[in-house]
Amino acid sequence: MIARFLVKRALLSLITLAILSVVVFLGGQLLPGDVGRAVLGPLADARAVAVFNHQVGADRPLWIQYWDWIAHFLTGDMGESFTFRAPVAPFIGAALLNSLKLAALAFVLVVPLGIAGGVWAAMRVGRWSDRALVLLGQTLGVVPEFISSIVLILVFGVWLRWLPMSADWPEGAGGLTQLRYLILPSVPLVLVFFGYVARVARLGTIEALDADYTRTAILKGLSMPTVIRRHVLRNALLPTITVTASLLGYLAGGLVVIETLFHYRGIGALIYSAARAKDFPMLEAGVLTVGAVYALASVAADLLSAALDPRLRSGRT
Amino acid sequence: MSALSASAAPPAAAARSRAAERLHAALRSPTLISGAAILGFWILCALLGSRITPLDPYADDLLATLAPPSAAHWFGTDQLGRDIFSRVIVGARDILIVAPLATLLGTVLGTALGLAIGYVRGALDDTVSRVIEALQALPLVIVALMALAAVGTSNVTVVLVIGFVFTPLIARTVRSAVLIESELDYVAAARLRGDGTLAVMFIEILPNVLPIAVVEMTVRLGYAIFFVASLSFLGFGIQPPSADWGIAIAENYSLIGSYWWTVLFDAAATASLVVGVNLVADGLESVFET
Repeated sequence: MIARFLVKRALLSLITLAILSVVVFLGGQLLPGDVGRAVLGPLADARAVAVFNHQVGADRPLWIQYWDWIAHFLTGDMGESFTFRAPVAPFIGAALLNSLKLAALAFVLVVPLGIAGGVWAAMRVGRWSDRALVLLGQTLGVVPEFISSIVLILVFGVWLRWLPMSADWPEGAGGLTQLRYLILPSVPLVLVFFGYVARVARLGTIEALDADYTRTAILKGLSMPTVIRRHVLRNALLPTITVTASLLGYLAGGLVVIETLFHYRGIGALIYSAARAKDFPMLEAGVLTVGAVYALASVAADLLSAALDPRLRSGRT
Repeated sequence: MSALSASAAPPAAAARSRAAERLHAALRSPTLISGAAILGFWILCALLGSRITPLDPYADDLLATLAPPSAAHWFGTDQLGRDIFSRVIVGARDILIVAPLATLLGTVLGTALGLAIGYVRGALDDTVSRVIEALQALPLVIVALMALAAVGTSNVTVVLVIGFVFTPLIARTVRSAVLIESELDYVAAARLRGDGTLAVMFIEILPNVLPIAVVEMTVRLGYAIFFVASLSFLGFGIQPPSADWGIAIAENYSLIGSYWWTVLFDAAATASLVVGVNLVADGLESVFET
């Protein structure tokens, strides 16, 4: 039963990725119209544009181009960058690793904080402290990352001088030094996602507190902390995990701004510089990689919730 | 038949008293009031623009570049000696044109799409829902970067791109509201009367899902401001010579170490605007919930 559920979810993710690849391809090939013209600029010679288009294969029928692109992509050949005249894949790999470090730190901070905040608010639902926390989380969630980054850089980098203002650590820095350089860039992500995680954890907790099994556990004479730990948290965490995984996709959007601002060589900064330089192979590969990471994360979330939810294990969804 | 039509169409008097009740609740909501005050302040700044600024926001003064805040320049001056206080006031204008237009476009298209897939359902719903889900795997900033890199950046393309990106998100919310409404008696009554699909969708269902669309629109407006500001900061949004806050921060953040006033006030202005819109959205949401 559980296997069928997971296979179904994995298949759905594959379909999602397939649709996504078409969208990304069309975005990178169709929207610019004449790729050679877009890359070489309006002043370039018409013959140069034609030669460029022929060299990169942009003069072939669309579906052949798509097939060629995606078939190579699946074997790890992501094409050649217009800017660097070199294969795209190594750039993507290195940048993705850097971004994952930053994202991991942000996650390690935001998930426990958000869950704690959500559970805390749910325990005093309806009171002003609950309302204040929800409103605070919501408000932090709409402040653009570059705004919170600027304020953080000013306070902790310029005025207090506690933390480095850029994430570009010196060559050969150890893990702890890297961590120190990553603290400041990770905080804006934490601020943006705190409210989101807290809201889901709060709703899950309220629902679990209201459920029959919680009442039974209390009536059975279990102490409140035990009830919270054994019955409420476990059920409240389920939706939180699923939502957290979906954050991973949105996280990459924040990374574009934060990595650019903190001079960090991650996938967001890579996508940004590719977009600026109209380096479409790099741009498409970067965007599709972000989509793939998101799809993987949602499959992982399904695995996790399956492991935590006995109803899913027995097949009663 | 008469019993059916009576229950199908809510009496006008009841609807009016409900509206009055909501207005009353709105006037008592502290979040809505404070949000509206902040938003109103910036709208005023955007409308009046350079008519209320103490100095010309676009005039260079190369003898007074990067001057710290003083009585002459309340927020200091930037690299070209332009008065930052005046520029912050004028800087509200472009973002308050681009973001609402993008939101409006997304809401109109999204509501129409949501009505269609929620009411017609079937294969159309399945296909569109799949594509919407696929698009949600990508962060909006990245979709927008890609689209704007491809078609080129201008205020019009920014409105179009954000509007199109919002369409499926709003469609999803409207769709789930339409699914609930379609089950209700008044829709069945309209169908029995022999009303066409379009008439049922737009005359019967639309007015009843409109509050949800309006709340969704205010929430989206907050995000639209978020995205326009972020895109402008990245150079893919509003373009110079606009006094836009995002552009100002992008131009000056390399000076942050010594000239904090060149970024801090623009940052505070952006933050206050998104917070104001968010407070309004939150207030509206609780008003419509009651």
